[in-house]
Amino acid sequence: MTDETESLIAHLTEGLQPVRRLAPPWLRAAIWLGIVAVLGAIIVLRFADLAMFVHRIADPRLALELTGILLTGILAIIAAFELSLPDRPITWSLLPAPSFVLWLGSSGFSCWHQWIVRGPDGLGRGETGDCFLWIVAFGVPLAIALFVALRQSHPLSPGPVAAMAGLGVASLAAFLLQFFHPFDATFIDLGLHLAAVATIVVLARAAARRGLNAV
Amino acid sequence: MTASSAEEWGRLMAAAQAGDGGAYARLLREILPYVRAIVRRHHAAPDRIEDVAQDVLLTLHRIRHTYDPARPFTAWLGAIAHRRSIDALRRKVRTDASETFSPVAYETYADPGANKEIAAHEDSAVLAEAIAALPPGQRQAVELLRLKEMSLAEASATSGQSVGALKVSLHRAIRALQRALGGKVDR
Repeated sequence: MTDETESLIAHLTEGLQPVRRLAPPWLRAAIWLGIVAVLGAIIVLRFADLAMFVHRIADPRLALELTGILLTGILAIIAAFELSLPDRPITWSLLPAPSFVLWLGSSGFSCWHQWIVRGPDGLGRGETGDCFLWIVAFGVPLAIALFVALRQSHPLSPGPVAAMAGLGVASLAAFLLQFFHPFDATFIDLGLHLAAVATIVVLARAAARRGLNAV
Repeated sequence: MTASSAEEWGRLMAAAQAGDGGAYARLLREILPYVRAIVRRHHAAPDRIEDVAQDVLLTLHRIRHTYDPARPFTAWLGAIAHRRSIDALRRKVRTDASETFSPVAYETYADPGANKEIAAHEDSAVLAEAIAALPPGQRQAVELLRLKEMSLAEASATSGQSVGALKVSLHRAIRALQRALGGKVDR
């Protein structure tokens, strides 16, 4: 061992302080998701038209789509907490893949159905073009809150962690949007939703190293 | 390394998390050959291997709270060593792509008159002013590594910056000083 390495070890071990071990990643994810669920429920109960939502959810296609969106959000956030630890394989980033496919598949089918039912109108934008702004406006603060929780891990590879975090919060924002989205999505709507999700993922990745306090 | 030593390392790490400095010192000394073996897969130069191994120890220290004693210690340590080796390799590739090593550049000229221009920049006031104008991270790297002549490991332990970050900061600081002083700063 070189003198330099020996002096480094002496420096690191001298006056060593106890550290508080991180809770298991699934537990940290569950706590974070629980807090967001409570806040989301308050927003929905206060502002959403629940009667309309209950009427729409009776359609199995929409129920399937919502399941895909919600599962993508939850699983991507669990993956982000797992990937923030050094010994977790990159394959954790595949965790939300099946639900993301379910989301795309069910939404795509709904859009196609809209096109068949409404003709050329079913291709265009729905009753509102605010979906993009909605997802970004809710996704960014959620991403900041998630980064605060994830930065305790000081991830060694912040890129995949940030990408999963971005996908997770954008999916949760898209799920919340469904309570205020009183119509079936068209292809343009779906494109706007995905563009918003991609925007959040790109922003999260750009902020990964500093935002996650990577080492 | 045997299975029992890997388990022992896990126990030592758990003790270190609880603040046992003796267990931590023993652990860091025992894992060094294992860390060097992983680093050696990516690097050949002995001094670079030692640099990266020290960086691994510093990283381990910084994120020691992330180790879960219920999981294998060697997988956790191996992931850190592997990641730090790759990071060092990427830095080396970037540096090699933008710099040419020239030992002659470090020598001054035999004719004292030829050194006047360089000597002019040794004026401490001018240099101090240029260093003071650097961003905090770069200024700290110059102060610790060049003015106080600390080793990379000591400077890293003092500043909290990783060895890699210090190298990058020093490199940028030298470039900035070269620009500020008309390109006549010796590395």
